Amino acid sequence: MAKGQTIKVEIKRQATPDAPSYTEKFEMPYRPGLNITSVLVEIAANPVNTEGKETSAITYDSNCLEEICGSCAMLINGKARMACSALVDRLLDETKSDTITLAPLSKFPVVRDLAVDRSVLFENLKKVQAWVPIDGTYDLGPGPKQAPQIQEERYPLSNCISCTICMEVCPQFNTQTNFVGAATIAQAKLFNMDPSGSVLKEERLRALSGDGGIQECGFAQNCVQACPKQLPLTEAISDMGRDVFIQKVKDFVSR
Amino acid sequence: MAHTPKIIVVGGGLAGLSAVIKIAEAGGNVDLFSIVPVKRSHSVCAQGGINSAKNLKGEGDSVEAHFDDTIYGGDFLANQTPVRNMCAMGPSIIDLLDRMGVPFNRTPEGLLDFRRFGGTLYHRTAFAGATTGQQLLYALDEQVRRFEAEHKVVKYEGWEFLSIVKDEAGVCRGICAMDLRTMELRTFPCDAVIICTGGNGAIFGKSTNSVVCTGSAQSALYQQGAFYANGEFIQVHPTAIPGEDKLRLMSESARGEGGRVWVPKDRNDKRPAKSIPEGDRWYFLEEWYPKYGNLVPRDVATRAIHKVVYEHGMGIDGQPMVYLDVSHIDRHTLERKIEGILEIYEKFVGDDPHEVPMKIFPGVHYTMGGLWVDANQMTNIPGVYAAGEADCSIHGANRLGANSLLSCIYGGFTAGPNALNYAKNVAAQKGDGGAAKELVRQMEYNNVLLHNQGTENPFKLWRELGETMTRHATIIRYNSGLREAEQKIIELQERYRNINLSDKSQWANTSFAFARQLYNMLHLARVIVKGAELRDESRGAHYKPDFPERNDEKFLKTTKAAFDEANQAPQITWEDVDIQWIPPRPRRYDIAS
Ligand SMILES: Cc1cc2nc3c(=O)[nH]c(=O)nc-3n(C[C@H](O)[C@H](O)[C@H](O)COP(=O)(O)OP(=O)(O)OC[C@H]3O[C@@H](n4cnc5c(N)ncnc54)[C@H](O)[C@@H]3O)c2cc1C
Ligand code: SF4
Ligand code: FES
Repeated sequence: MAKGQTIKVEIKRQATPDAPSYTEKFEMPYRPGLNITSVLVEIAANPVNTEGKETSAITYDSNCLEEICGSCAMLINGKARMACSALVDRLLDETKSDTITLAPLSKFPVVRDLAVDRSVLFENLKKVQAWVPIDGTYDLGPGPKQAPQIQEERYPLSNCISCTICMEVCPQFNTQTNFVGAATIAQAKLFNMDPSGSVLKEERLRALSGDGGIQECGFAQNCVQACPKQLPLTEAISDMGRDVFIQKVKDFVSR
Repeated sequence: MAHTPKIIVVGGGLAGLSAVIKIAEAGGNVDLFSIVPVKRSHSVCAQGGINSAKNLKGEGDSVEAHFDDTIYGGDFLANQTPVRNMCAMGPSIIDLLDRMGVPFNRTPEGLLDFRRFGGTLYHRTAFAGATTGQQLLYALDEQVRRFEAEHKVVKYEGWEFLSIVKDEAGVCRGICAMDLRTMELRTFPCDAVIICTGGNGAIFGKSTNSVVCTGSAQSALYQQGAFYANGEFIQVHPTAIPGEDKLRLMSESARGEGGRVWVPKDRNDKRPAKSIPEGDRWYFLEEWYPKYGNLVPRDVATRAIHKVVYEHGMGIDGQPMVYLDVSHIDRHTLERKIEGILEIYEKFVGDDPHEVPMKIFPGVHYTMGGLWVDANQMTNIPGVYAAGEADCSIHGANRLGANSLLSCIYGGFTAGPNALNYAKNVAAQKGDGGAAKELVRQMEYNNVLLHNQGTENPFKLWRELGETMTRHATIIRYNSGLREAEQKIIELQERYRNINLSDKSQWANTSFAFARQLYNMLHLARVIVKGAELRDESRGAHYKPDFPERNDEKFLKTTKAAFDEANQAPQITWEDVDIQWIPPRPRRYDIAS
């Protein structure tokens, strides 16, 4: 599309968690190099909609503006992605239209406008004890030596920014299954791989078995395609699936 | 003493989380407040690494050498004893982070790997790819989550600290905070507070900082009587990607791994960068600073780039930009060591830095100044401590790369136990300790703001502030410009009274929260320009062409700003610097020293 003078933005808004949602339209001058978060700041500085009516600034989450804090996930042209790294130029090319639509993630309770409550992920991380249970922070000397290969396997998993996009796009992540989602499973694997973190391995595996656990995964593989940080999610799920199964057998035998 | 001491930590970046862990471990109760979920704090942005003199490369590095590099790099303005303590704690901090599971890069033998960073000749920087801050923050976040699961820590995420509660004797007895969803105001009692609220880049409009780095909390405390020290020392990082909304950092690790800064020797050279032969490139840092080359400290590199662009007129295509080139380094090394930052460039600019040199320019990055603290990290208000980027300690007139993450953890580890100790011994408060009064004060302020019928939009005022501050108070400073900036800020403060919020609702109202922060930003901006105006010398990041030399006789002093309530303006006094360990010497990176 020839980039025109202006761009149009249609935003799904909602004043409070219980209020009805509605769509508000905005139009603003096109500039090269805009991303969606700067579009939202532009609206805040000029809160007037297409009908020329004064309105309120849009509520949304953001912080780093460089796709590392995980705050700004939303539906952009219907697709779950990070608003700060969603460049307007690319979006216009993608749809060949001068209109961009924004909506909150659909599987989390709306707080207001584009801001949603994603605390469920942090709760899930507690359940799988995603930490290394160190003895204390006093000086105990260096940790164990670790082959670079282990670091190279762990590092990609530790890049998860808790954006919850993998959960949003997963058909199994819903109120019926209570599935924990790919991110939590990947973090459980990360800590099971750590030489010291692995002391909690069995407890993590037990936390992932049963209802809402790893068995809910239907292998749709949407997560791995949508993850902005390219986590090896399907690999993590199948590795953990195997370990959970082995753990169940062990627990059964030793009962 | 019957009660378990209660400490409030404000801010959940590296400094805040470090403090929380120490207090919880020692049996104290902690309430942790943060605007954003702590895992999304600005510390997550740090890329390059964290310094400590582990000396695993057979170079003879030592705590003493780290100490000297930090003091020299900071142009002798830092109080030396805390720096010495920090450098000594460095190796044990790295060991601890390693035990917490941080995926630090490794040598083939399985030991921690170290890279070079600016302002040192040693490999002293431990790193986890190019996302070190993210990895460290997560490791500490996980430990705090563990304490939370054990009910030793209560998190208040999505709450903004507004002020402290002070009793009649001026002792801190709690805080006043606002729930950013319900907009509810509440006071929380405690025995001590630790302020770990990070940097203030937003005062300059565009910077490398995150959105919540407004310095609002520090400014609120300054207005309540805390000293703000060395505010004029603002680090402008030499290599950032200019952007519409922010200046995205291109970490010093790019140069630590061999990246080179250059411009074409012929300013009219129109060839694509990659096809310009070696002989036609001007590697000005390597030419001017043969010993440190591309790894001179940041203030030095920033001024050099500024000079090449504005004095020599040699910016690429006449634009304020120079090349930062890693395209000669082999792909595998880049992937293992700095992939994270190269991805940022590719994502936001569209070019592949493995193939073509990146275009960069300096950007506001870090505040060396902050809340004044003593060697125990306590401010001048009894019961209020500070740590991390929000305090003024350690970095003097210029911070060395990869020293901030270390100073955050050191600061948290020092403030935590000291605050707990203080809390165990502080006399019990009388009555409500001043809580009701503070709550009323904040409510009245909110009412005024919500019902104001003016015409000024807070986001527009903020843009004007950013432009003024960037123009007059960054790389090159003139007294005339600084005075102009002061006048402009005073004008903005006037216009602020005429503010009109587009949103008057009482639910998740972000313009309202922003307007409150803006008020505080304006006050802190005045501290920065006043300190800069009065300091007629050049030292570290503070550079005045009219006073190009460092003047130890007059200005080897900490700038202390106190809020003068009657005039609503900063009042500056000076304090001697602790130089008991290393006598000041001239700072010259262009010659061997
Ligand atoms: C892009 C970038 C890269 C960097 N790379 C490096 C590096 O490689 N090595 C290095 O050593 N340093 C680096 N730095 C510097 C370093 O990242 C920061 O100085 C450091 O992370 C600051 O940590 P902090 O704990 O002080 O604050 P932050 O991490 O900024 O955390 C501040 C916390 O305070 C909270 N907060 C703020 N205001 C309030 C309020 N009013 N009420 C409640 N909560 C509040 C926030 O929510 C947040 O939790 C980098 C900085 C940037 C910008
Ligand atoms: S795994 Fe990927 S998509 Fe899921 S939360 Fe982490 S970064 Fe986001
Ligand atoms: S704002 Fe941090 S990921 Fe987008």
